[in-house]
Amino acid sequence: MSNKKKKKLTPVQQEYQAFAKEREPRRPLALNSLKAFVVGGGICVLGQVISDFFLWNFNFTEKTVGNPTVAVLILISVILTSLGIYDHLAQWAGAGTAVPVTGFANSIASAAIEHRSEGYVLGVGGNMFKLAGSVITYGVFAAFVVALIKTTIAALGGA
Amino acid sequence: MESYLTAFVVGGIICVIGQLLIDVVRLTPAHTMSTLVVSGAVLSGLGLYEPLIDFAGAGATVPITSFGNSLVHGAMAEAETTGLVGILTGIFEVTSAGISAAIIFGFIAALLVRPKG
Repeated sequence: MSNKKKKKLTPVQQEYQAFAKEREPRRPLALNSLKAFVVGGGICVLGQVISDFFLWNFNFTEKTVGNPTVAVLILISVILTSLGIYDHLAQWAGAGTAVPVTGFANSIASAAIEHRSEGYVLGVGGNMFKLAGSVITYGVFAAFVVALIKTTIAALGGA
Repeated sequence: MESYLTAFVVGGIICVIGQLLIDVVRLTPAHTMSTLVVSGAVLSGLGLYEPLIDFAGAGATVPITSFGNSLVHGAMAEAETTGLVGILTGIFEVTSAGISAAIIFGFIAALLVRPKG
């Protein structure tokens, strides 16, 4: 919790926060990192295998092979999400499954499936980007700012 | 064989950075993903992400940081040909496959599968 929020709490609440923090189970930092490293690295190796497969068997170049690779990874991730396997894996691997693009697909697919009971338009359509939306929003805005700065520098005759 | 090793190590390290953001900085997974995407965009702007892809292959293209990199690349490629409007038209150019695939497959999954548990 940020310091700003803490200041607004009453003394009793602050005491409780300290009390709760002391009793919070400690996170096994090294183990979590190791799991994330192995699973995340494994998913990237899978990506490398898929992209090599496309490079050798179809007319793709190093530059164009990214799109089919990502699409296949996303398909695999959505299938595993549908079967309920990806979420079990994510429980175990933490950021190892969340950081690769498969985690992005998982967040879209699981949100879509979860909100199915609210209807196909308001439920599935409206909630699909509940988690992925923040990634897209911040990614696009950051990319816009970066591209704007680079274009401006180029226009001014810089690098 | 060596490309698999570099992909494993670099991809793994990026995931560990994400795990540390969750465990040490206490960010939620959504905050972590957003931070990584913005980092990818900034690294791309500094010209540092492309060398990483050359070195690590899928180790750099599979993590979500590459989404930020691709957004900048699409925007820059269009901006060079059509000027400032190109930033708007080009931003999703490279990432279109990933986003479309996620939407389409995700929607099909929602049609076919009931929530579990």
